[in-house]
Amino acid sequence: MPKIIIDNKEYEVADGDNLLQACLSRGIDLPYFCWHPAMGSVGACRQCAVVQYQDENDERGRIVMGCMTPVSEGLRISVDANNAVNFRASVIEWLMLNHPHDCPVCEEGGECHLQDMTVMTGHTSRRYTGKKRTFENQYLGPFINHEMNRCITCYRCVRYYKDYAGGTDLQALGSRNRMYFGRTEPGVLESEFSGNLVEVCPTGVFTNKPFSESYTRKWDLQSAPSVCMGCAVGCNTSPGERYGNLKRIQNRYNEDINSYFLCDRGRFGSGYVNSEKRIRNAGLRCEDGSFEIIDKTDALNRFAAIVKDNKLIGIGSPRASVESNYALRALVGEANYCAGFSDAEAPLVDLAIDLSQGHGKRAPTLKRVEAADAVLLLGEDVSNTAPRLALSLRQTSRNVSKEMAGPASIPLWQDAGVRGHAQSALTPVYSASVLPTRLEDICTDSICTTPERIAYLGNCITQLIEGKSVELDEADMAFVNGAAQALKSASNPLVVSGTSLLNEAVLHAAAQITEALKALAQEPDLLLCFAEVNSVGAGLITGALSMHSALKKLTDGSVDTAIVLENDLYRRAESEKVAAALSAASQVVGLDVVENATLEQATLVLPAASFAETEGCCINYEGRAQQFYQVYEPQGDIMAAWAWVAGISKESTETDVREKLISDCAIELPCLSRLTHLNRMAGQSGRTAAKIPRQTHRFSGRTAMNANVSVHEPRTSEDVNSPFSFSMEGDSAAQPGDLAPYVWAPGWNSNQSVTQYQEHAGGALRGAADAVFVSHAASTTTLEKTGPIFGKASGKVREGGAGLCLVPVYCVFGSDELSAHTSEMQARAGRARISLNPQDAKALHVKTGDGLYCSTGEITPGQSYEVLVSASMQQGFVGLVQGAAYLPAGAWVSFVRDENWARQPEVIARG
Amino acid sequence: MWSHIKTTWLVFLHLFKRNETVQYPEEMPYMAPRYRGRIILTRDPDGEERCVSCNLCAVACPVDCIALQKTSSEDGRWYPEFFRINFSRCILCGMCEEACPTYAIQLTPDFELAEYERPNMVYEKEHLLIDGVGKYPDYSFWRVAGKTIAGKGKGDARNELPPTEVHSLLP
Repeated sequence: MPKIIIDNKEYEVADGDNLLQACLSRGIDLPYFCWHPAMGSVGACRQCAVVQYQDENDERGRIVMGCMTPVSEGLRISVDANNAVNFRASVIEWLMLNHPHDCPVCEEGGECHLQDMTVMTGHTSRRYTGKKRTFENQYLGPFINHEMNRCITCYRCVRYYKDYAGGTDLQALGSRNRMYFGRTEPGVLESEFSGNLVEVCPTGVFTNKPFSESYTRKWDLQSAPSVCMGCAVGCNTSPGERYGNLKRIQNRYNEDINSYFLCDRGRFGSGYVNSEKRIRNAGLRCEDGSFEIIDKTDALNRFAAIVKDNKLIGIGSPRASVESNYALRALVGEANYCAGFSDAEAPLVDLAIDLSQGHGKRAPTLKRVEAADAVLLLGEDVSNTAPRLALSLRQTSRNVSKEMAGPASIPLWQDAGVRGHAQSALTPVYSASVLPTRLEDICTDSICTTPERIAYLGNCITQLIEGKSVELDEADMAFVNGAAQALKSASNPLVVSGTSLLNEAVLHAAAQITEALKALAQEPDLLLCFAEVNSVGAGLITGALSMHSALKKLTDGSVDTAIVLENDLYRRAESEKVAAALSAASQVVGLDVVENATLEQATLVLPAASFAETEGCCINYEGRAQQFYQVYEPQGDIMAAWAWVAGISKESTETDVREKLISDCAIELPCLSRLTHLNRMAGQSGRTAAKIPRQTHRFSGRTAMNANVSVHEPRTSEDVNSPFSFSMEGDSAAQPGDLAPYVWAPGWNSNQSVTQYQEHAGGALRGAADAVFVSHAASTTTLEKTGPIFGKASGKVREGGAGLCLVPVYCVFGSDELSAHTSEMQARAGRARISLNPQDAKALHVKTGDGLYCSTGEITPGQSYEVLVSASMQQGFVGLVQGAAYLPAGAWVSFVRDENWARQPEVIARG
Repeated sequence: MWSHIKTTWLVFLHLFKRNETVQYPEEMPYMAPRYRGRIILTRDPDGEERCVSCNLCAVACPVDCIALQKTSSEDGRWYPEFFRINFSRCILCGMCEEACPTYAIQLTPDFELAEYERPNMVYEKEHLLIDGVGKYPDYSFWRVAGKTIAGKGKGDARNELPPTEVHSLLP
C-alpha cells in the first residue's frame, strides 16, 4: 500500500490505483466525467486535474489528470492548489457553453452528475453570451430518449455501448465540436443492455423513456433494496415508487453479481406491476364467467373454508418466492404439492441443482466468471436466458488483453492502452448453440446444431480432454479440438450450460467436461443457468407430484380442489390437459399478480403482491438466497401470496407469519436452513438502531399527496420486522451498503455516489453482510457416460416422427412471463417467431416474415408464428420462441402456412 | 435617565398621529403586489401553462404541502397531470415561488384564506391556475429551453444556432 501526500496530508492508497480512484476512495471530492469504475480511464474530459509536485521542495508543480496518473510511493499532489482549482473551473465552464437551459424539463435533473460536478467546481453563473450549438435528436426505440443538446462529449456512452457491451449501432459521429453520439440513422438500439446508457451518461442525453412518461424526481421516489425477477441471475435492483405506482428500476451495486449494469429486461420489464391486467381485489368467478369482487375478510374466510372442507393439491411456482412456495407446501402437505415446473423441466432443474451445488463447489459468481481464462458455452443462449451473464462473458473475453498489459507495464485502468496493446486478441470462448447467439463476435469458434448434437460434441470434448481420440467431420473436429485445447491449457476454465434446451444430455456433458478438467488439477467452474428467478428455490422445495400427476388427480376426481400459486399452468402443460383438469376441479383457487389463462378458470381469485409490494427471498443460479424488501404498501386488497396462503388473521400479523414460515422452512428443509440468516434488523446490522428510511431526506408532498382523500395525514405505517421505515426519518448514512435503498451522498446526488458506499472506489460495499447460500448435500448424480456418444445416436440424423422437431429458443424480450406484460417489452419483442432451415421453409412455401401455425391442434392452438429462415437451423428442426404457450421440446409437429397472415412492412428507417 | 425621557416623549407624540387600524373587512387594507398570500399558477404570454412540473416547488416547500405529477402533452410540453396545494398546511413562505424556474407559481396579495371545512383548503390545479401571466408578463420558459416542442424546433430557442450538420467534413 503506497503512501501519497494529498494537500500536505499523508494517505495510504491501494497499489495500482490512479490518483482519481485513490482520492475518491479516501473520501476526497475530485470532479470527473469520463472515468467509470468498470470502464477505466481515457482522460477525455480533463476534469479531474490535480497538481503533481516533483518533490517536497517543488512549489509550482504541474497539472496532471488524476485519472491518468498512477499512484506511487511518496507522490505529492494537491487537489486544492489554485491552479488546479482554476483549471477545473475553466474546463467545466467550457463543457457548459452549449448546455441547454433544460434542467427543469430534464429527467436527469436532481440526480445529474453534471449538476453535481458543476456545483463541486463552483461554476455558478454563465459568462458566455454567444449562441449555443444544437443537434437534432434520434428515435432510439421504446426504452431510451435521446436529447443530444445536453452532451458534454465525455465518450462514456460509446465506451460503454461498444467497448463494454459489444453493441455496434451507437457511434461517436462527426468531428470537432460537432461530435454526435447516436446511430447512423434513427432506429431501435439493438443491444439488450442499452438501458445502462441512462446510468452511464453523466447528464441527460440518454434517459429512461418509460420512466419519463410519468416522471418523478429521484428525491420523491420511495425505494428499498430489491432483486430483479427477470431471470435466475438475481441482479440487485432499486425500484422506485411514487403515488402507489412503481416508477422505475435502477441498478443496485453488488460486487459479486451485477456490479454497475442491468439488462433491459430487468430495467424496463416491471411495468406489469402497474398494468391494467393487474389483479387488485379478491373475487369469485361466477357461472356465467363474470367476476364478482369480494372483500378481503370474505376472501380469507372462503379460502379457509375451502382448505378445511376439500381434498387439496397445491401447485407452486418457480417465479414465486421461497416463502410463498413453502407456505403452500406446508398447507397442502408434501404429498399433495407440485413445485410447478413442466414435466420436461422438473427433472432438469433437479439435475442442474445437483450438478452445480453437489460437487463441492458452487457455481461461480459473475465476478468470478469475469476472471475465467477459457469459456465453453454448451447449448445455453445466455444473451436471452441470463443476459447479465452474457455481459460478464464479454468482459471475460478481454482477460487476455489484461494479461498482455501486465508485462507492457500498462495499468489495467488505462482502458485505451490495454485495448490498443491487445489489438484483437481475445480470451478463448467456444459456443455450441441451436441458433447463432449474440456473443458470436467474441467467440473463437462457434457451432450451431441440435441439442442432441451439442451434447454429443460436449462428450467429444471430454474425450479429448481425457486424452482419447474422437472421429468427427472437419468443421466439428476443429471446434471440438479447439475447445478442448483451450480448456485444457486454461487455469480457470469455465463451462456454461443450462436447463433452457430441456435436454438432460447437455447438462451431463457439461458436468463431465468439468469433471475431466478437475482430473487435470485445474480449477474449473461449472455455471448452469436456470429459467426463472426462483427456479432453484422451487426446485429445492420438493413436492411429490409432477405437473401431469397433479393435473391427472384433478381430472380423475381423486382431489377436488387446486390451489395455484403465481403460475399460469397453460405455460407448463398441454392446454387441453390443463383445461380439462381445471374444469373438472370443483374449486380452483388462483393467486397471481396479473391476469392469465389459469385465473380465468379459477373460482376464487386472490390478488398477490408483486416483488415491489412485499418481502420475500429468491435463490439464484449460484444457490445464493437474496431477500427483496417491500418498496411500498400495495393498493386494494393486494397481499403477499404467502400471507394469503398462511391465512393472515387478526391474531397474527404479516411479519410474524413470514418469520415463522422461514424458520419452519429452515427446519423442514435442511438445505434451506441458512435462510434464517437473511433476516436483518436495523439494530443488528448497522451502527445505529435507527431504521433506514425508504424515502429520501428531500421527499416532498407528504402533507398534500393524500389531501384529496383526507386532509388528516395518516400515521406512517410501521414496519416492525424489516430494517426499513415507510418514511423519511431514520439514519441512512450509518447503515450497511448492501441495505441502501438508493445511493445518495453529500454533494453526490447522482448514481455515481455509489463510490461513496464502497470501501474502495469500484470495490466491495461498506458493511455488507456475508451472502447466504443454500446448503446442498453431496451429489447423488452419478455422471454415467450416458451421453449420445456412448449410445448409438450421434444427434445428427433425424430420428422420430413426421414433421419437424421442436427446439426451444428464447428471446430476452418476451420469453419471461411477467415482464412480457409490459408494453415496452411487447413493442421490443415483436411477434412470436419460429426459426426454420431454408430447405424446410421451401417445403412449407414460406419465407422470412410469413406466418406459420401448428397443424397438430393440441400445441399452441390459434397461434401463428412469424417465420425467420436461418441456415444455422438444422434441417428437420424448428426453433420456437418460448413465450405465451406451452411448447413440448422434442415433439414432432407439422406446420402449415398461415394464409391470413399479414406481413409486416419491412422497415427501412424509423423516424 | 435621558433615554427614559426621550421614550416617554415619543410615546406622547404618537397621541397626535393618525390611527393605523382600518375597519376590515368593510375597508380593505393596501397590500403590496409582492405580498405573500394565496398561491396561483400562471400562464406564459402564449396562454399555455407555465408549470413544467419540475417538482422544485414541492421539494423547496418546508411543510411539504405541494404534490404534483408530471405528464406531457402531444406537442412535447411537460405539464402537471395534477397539482395540489394543501393550504391548511401552507405557511405562505414563498419558497416555492423562489424555487420556480419558469415563474409559474406565484404568491398573490390575497390573504383571505379562511374556510369552515378543512378539506376546502386543498386546492387542485383547477383552483390554482389563472388565465394571466401574473407578476412576470414576458417570460416564457419554452422559448429559452433547448427541448423541442411543437412549433419550436432545435435551434429556434433563444441564443441557439441552427441544428448542426453532423455529416459535414469541413474543418
